[in-house]
Amino acid sequence: MITYSFLQHYWWFIISLLGGILSFLLFVQGGQTLIGSIGKTENERKLLTNVIGKKWHYTFTTLVTFGGAFFASFPLFYSTSFSGALWVWMLILACFILQAVSYEYQNKPGNFFGRNAYRGFLFFNGLAGTFLIGAAIGTFFTGSEFLVNKANIAEFSGQFAPVISQWQHPLHGLEALFNLRNWLLGLTVFFLARTMAVLFFKNRIKDNNIEGRLNGALLKNAVPFVVFFLTFLIWTLLAEGFAVNPETNEVYMEKFKYFNNLIQVPALLILLLVGVAGVLYGIIFSMLKSTWRKGVWFAGPGAIITVTTLLLMAGFNYTAYYPSTYDLQSSLTIFNSSSSYYTLKVMSIVSFLIPFVLAYIFYAWNALEKNHATIDEFKEGHSY
Amino acid sequence: MELLNSAVVDWSRGQFALTAMYHWLFVPLTLGLGVIQAIMETIYVKTGDEKWKKATKFWMSIFGINFAIGVATGIILEFQFGTNWSNYSYFVGDIFGAPLAIEGILAFFMEATFISIMFFGWNKVSKGVHLAATWLTITGATLSALWILIANAWMQLPLGMEFNPLTARNEMIDFWAVVSSPVAINKFFHTVYSGWILGSLFVLGVSAWYLLKKREVDFAIKSIRIAAIFGIISSVLIIWTGHGSAKQVAYHQPMKLAAMEGLYEGKSGAPLIAWGFLNPEKKSYADNVEPIVLAVKLPKVLSWMAFGEADAFVPGIKDIIDGGYEVPKIDPRYQDRVPVRADGTALSFDEKKAMGQRAQTALSNFLKAEKEKDTVAMAEYKSILDANYKNFGYGYLDKAEDSIPNVPLTFYSFRIMVILGGAFLLLFLIAAYLDWKKQLHKFKWILWVFILFIPLGYLATQLGWVVAEVGRQPWTIQDILPVQAAVSGIQSSSVKITFILFAVLFTGLLIAEIGIMKRQIVKGPKIEEKADKNDDSDTY
Repeated sequence: MITYSFLQHYWWFIISLLGGILSFLLFVQGGQTLIGSIGKTENERKLLTNVIGKKWHYTFTTLVTFGGAFFASFPLFYSTSFSGALWVWMLILACFILQAVSYEYQNKPGNFFGRNAYRGFLFFNGLAGTFLIGAAIGTFFTGSEFLVNKANIAEFSGQFAPVISQWQHPLHGLEALFNLRNWLLGLTVFFLARTMAVLFFKNRIKDNNIEGRLNGALLKNAVPFVVFFLTFLIWTLLAEGFAVNPETNEVYMEKFKYFNNLIQVPALLILLLVGVAGVLYGIIFSMLKSTWRKGVWFAGPGAIITVTTLLLMAGFNYTAYYPSTYDLQSSLTIFNSSSSYYTLKVMSIVSFLIPFVLAYIFYAWNALEKNHATIDEFKEGHSY
Repeated sequence: MELLNSAVVDWSRGQFALTAMYHWLFVPLTLGLGVIQAIMETIYVKTGDEKWKKATKFWMSIFGINFAIGVATGIILEFQFGTNWSNYSYFVGDIFGAPLAIEGILAFFMEATFISIMFFGWNKVSKGVHLAATWLTITGATLSALWILIANAWMQLPLGMEFNPLTARNEMIDFWAVVSSPVAINKFFHTVYSGWILGSLFVLGVSAWYLLKKREVDFAIKSIRIAAIFGIISSVLIIWTGHGSAKQVAYHQPMKLAAMEGLYEGKSGAPLIAWGFLNPEKKSYADNVEPIVLAVKLPKVLSWMAFGEADAFVPGIKDIIDGGYEVPKIDPRYQDRVPVRADGTALSFDEKKAMGQRAQTALSNFLKAEKEKDTVAMAEYKSILDANYKNFGYGYLDKAEDSIPNVPLTFYSFRIMVILGGAFLLLFLIAAYLDWKKQLHKFKWILWVFILFIPLGYLATQLGWVVAEVGRQPWTIQDILPVQAAVSGIQSSSVKITFILFAVLFTGLLIAEIGIMKRQIVKGPKIEEKADKNDDSDTY
């Protein structure tokens, strides 16, 4: 018998996995911030742009699917966070809107803004998109100020009628930037994206000049990434967390909650260690052996596993994944914010099609990446 | 009732309209051009004729420019349900979220994956695989339309759900009912055909320009042939789905039909207004002023179109507000969706409002009883709630006028759309005839008409959405949740800022898109001349 609780956990796992995959695919955004500094000539910049340009759809689609899946499985999060932390999400959306046209339009005649503007949009997307997504996810551990009252929908008067989710901070999301831990996760995601981009470029590009510069860029980005990540992780593991009483569903503060989650659910601890080891292995061996191109295939899955585990740690083991510091009992848990049993069941059946989707993505990815990318490749034909 | 600041509602609606209409500038061309380029590539693969390959690649370059901005304007629509319509997202997210998620998983990834092969794979995969990728790209785009239209149709005819007072939201109980809703199926085909027509008009107009310039003549004639045939097929099919749509509106959204027709006083054997002007003297639904002047009427056609009988009664706005008319018999599966009086006649607005208020009070009391764990009271309130829930949304409305959509906008939009639809069919027939007689180049003025019809194609498809969406106001979910109760708890100043942000952003991108497309068209497919090797302007 498949229980409601099982489905709620399953869907939190899917959301976490999508978040993990997204964190890896943000290498496209990271790469966008590196085009100017690694590409010294126009041909080099074009090569770099095209190598990640063939993948931007995947990141974009994963972000949209992450949103859609969150809506379908945890609609209360969708209604609370997107309306509440309005400005953070609007900024994220705005920079992704700009990205969506920039590859296609940057080198086209008649593009109105000029090539540099579109490159600027790509840089802005790479910088703001990664940082803000990281900071927004940071609030999963640090909390936000909101109130949820389902009875408002049937209230005829009063300050809050009839809106169910009410944000309590006038900055509507930007207040997340007052919290250092959110900054740490934002910077972690930013430097992770750049590190992954360097490893991806190393894997794809055959060009002596660029490859030389990539080795330097790896050090400059991987070190801050590791420092910010470890600081965030250790701080979070030592911090108080938002625990849920399994009997009463009451939310309360628990010391070392996230650390306890790792100890009480050893699978999470193992996954986290495996993920971190993968990331570090990919980075360190790429640094030690500059001709080794396969770093991204260790660091990438490592990042997916690590971020998935962090999100699982935020929602599993009776933890409130979207806590409210304004009213603890308004905090969102996988139990009080999920869709109904029926909807989760239907969506679970749909999710069985995901391996099929992954299979054709794998095929298409490989079909276009049979050879290493060179400057000559993008001189003719369809390129960005 | 003290509801939210109405400025929040107005600006949120404005922003949704702005972003949706911008998005809908690009999606129909994607849907239409996507099929046309796939047909051309199929001919290329079958015949091996390089000219067809070049024609395909040219239209693909236009497709790519249009597709990018379609993606850019699309992302906001999904997230906007959360940012600006948070109550809606919670209240029906259990049902509405599913098609959006499925759209991402099954449609967007298909588009995203195969579009990369379509653009970058010409020399990397076999001809057959490339052709498959081209077809799968447009299949993905069309599936995306399917899922989002299932979601939209559900808002117009909410099926397969029940209200759960414990969670204070609507929950899905029958996924198949949501997916196979007759409104969804009809809406999907009607919308996709409109995209096919726009794609055909676009190809026709651009090709006519080449003929006028005496450039790329062979390419232009080939393109016109495909566009004309595809356009005729689509135009005939859309008449069929349009009729289906009118019937569904008559049964499920009678107020929308009344607004479309400017019908205030219901009639048996009601005529269809082919054209007419709304009388500015008409100030209220209840005054006896004739609503339409200078009307050209087709006797009994509205009754026949709506209910299949020339003498059937079509209720007007006043009838729907006053109630008391005999509700038409519909498919028994949906009959119990609309509560009626004991004698089978329709409820008045006041009766519906009273039901809505009873349902809301019962829900409020139910939730209080639940806190006190008073199961007896809970059961009592639930039965009151269940008995009145079908008009839950009327409880949020103040007065009868609040239940009437904008009549002029709906009335004129509907007429212009239908007239243009007829004109498009005629245009495609003329194009096909002249092509058949090999006389296209002889009628320059007709070629100019082809060009002028491109913007009219955009106008018609936009107006279709105006009819569908303005005509169903004030409802986000028919009879269940009006716009006033669906919005987020945010400041109207915030929505004004984001409205301006998107207006500026999208307008800037549209200017860029038009500029690029114009240059691309002027440059042309270069089939008859040898492309300059050093000219890399067709690259990004």
